[in-house]
Amino acid sequence: MAKKSYSFYPGCSSQKAASASNYQVSVDAMCNVLDIELNEIPDWNCCSASIGYAGGGELPRLALSARNMALSEQAHPNQDIVATCAACWLSTKETQERLHGDKDLMAETNQALAEAGLHVKADKKIRHMVEVLIEDFGYDELGKHVKKPLEGIKIAGYVGCQTNRPFGIAGESFENPKYLDKLITTMGAEACETYEKKVSCCGGALAFSEPEKSQALIKDIIESAYDNGADMIVTPCPVCQMNVEVYQDQINAKHGTKFKMPTVYYSTLMSVAYGKSYKESGLDGQIIPAKQLEKITGK
Amino acid sequence: MSDYNTQMVEKFRGNFLKEVEANVEEGDWVKMCMQCGVCSGSCPLGPHWEHPPQEIFMLIRANKRDEVLKSDSTWMCTSCYNCIARCPRGLPITHIMHGLATYAKRLGIAPTEQPTAKFAQLFWNNLTKTGRVNELKLGLQLYFMNGIGEGIKTSLKMKDIGLGMLKTKRMSPMELLGGHGCKDAKGLHAILKKAQEIEAAKIGIHGA
Repeated sequence: MAKKSYSFYPGCSSQKAASASNYQVSVDAMCNVLDIELNEIPDWNCCSASIGYAGGGELPRLALSARNMALSEQAHPNQDIVATCAACWLSTKETQERLHGDKDLMAETNQALAEAGLHVKADKKIRHMVEVLIEDFGYDELGKHVKKPLEGIKIAGYVGCQTNRPFGIAGESFENPKYLDKLITTMGAEACETYEKKVSCCGGALAFSEPEKSQALIKDIIESAYDNGADMIVTPCPVCQMNVEVYQDQINAKHGTKFKMPTVYYSTLMSVAYGKSYKESGLDGQIIPAKQLEKITGK
Repeated sequence: MSDYNTQMVEKFRGNFLKEVEANVEEGDWVKMCMQCGVCSGSCPLGPHWEHPPQEIFMLIRANKRDEVLKSDSTWMCTSCYNCIARCPRGLPITHIMHGLATYAKRLGIAPTEQPTAKFAQLFWNNLTKTGRVNELKLGLQLYFMNGIGEGIKTSLKMKDIGLGMLKTKRMSPMELLGGHGCKDAKGLHAILKKAQEIEAAKIGIHGA
């Protein structure tokens, strides 16, 4: 297949030494195999995620995502915008929908952007990386690059919220999307098809402000993975990954559980299956090591 | 109580639904709610809302302004979008909840000491400073948002997580010295200032 190029919106958490920097490492390894060129949107800014609303209000929030779209339109006019972060993808898509649904908002947004000499049309496709994988490649093509099938590993595909609702992935249901399970089996692992907490919420940003309430949700997500015999959890979202991985000790202390469930990204799985090294796959970013994946990389 | 709140009480006297439609993001959808309750039953933090979304919609129509705006209910929204995905009438419930919370804050009558209200403001201030989130500063600001004493306690509690993040290079102390940001932060600030001015004029906030 010929090289595919996209206008890339990495988002704050994917930057160097940020909480999902390991996600970016594995995305780069995966894209290297699939001959995907990610052209970073020059000088992109934060989308304000799902928690910026109360400080920002509507128009300033829309202006943030509009600035990113405007910069992408300038720098990469013929390329779809691709985000790896669920919140980045969602905020940008939401902004596009809002601006095209209301002429006044579009005019006001452009009035604001004009302060920095920018103008937005907001007519590009805004896509999550998993959409690129499924729609521009397809499971068969993705499977062709597997060098080290992830045999004997059972994985709970935790889709979470924001890559699933309100937009979701075309052809998938909100209540039981199958794409992550399909990616898991395409890489040669076994998917926990009856994983009940597949689309449950981890608390999102409220893991910071309401830790006890959120950790109760996270506990159920991990417990259900154990109940389904999972060796690890895989997710497409940086907030899901962090929330599910890093609080396990605190949950154990409070609830008397003995959780130690590795939680990785789909791109981690794919990099390992594609024969990339421990480091290239971002496995050194695991706080709870994914030992079965390490073994496959030969570490 | 702020001048803005007084002005809005006078302007919309006795018609809270009209006030919500005029001043709250996506507020013109509120009248479409048919009280089926799917939103409340679908909310991951549903049991923690004093008034879950379905009740909020009815309270708005019943003119219960204080019950809605002074409650900490809408601050329980995790932005999971379950309610939006399931609402048979297609209401953008997540956004309405965010809109109500934001409006209460603008009026100066949102509950004080509400952790998510505080964190949301910290997050906005953090990201707009350079255009990108500084995760380390955000974390520390969060731990210390209720004072030094509690901050030290929380920091100790979070110590192991922080060390884990450092060890895996998912956090760096260098972020304290500046960290990531937009080159054209000045342009971004000008855009945001303008957007704030336009929005303030639309909902009648003067001197913004």
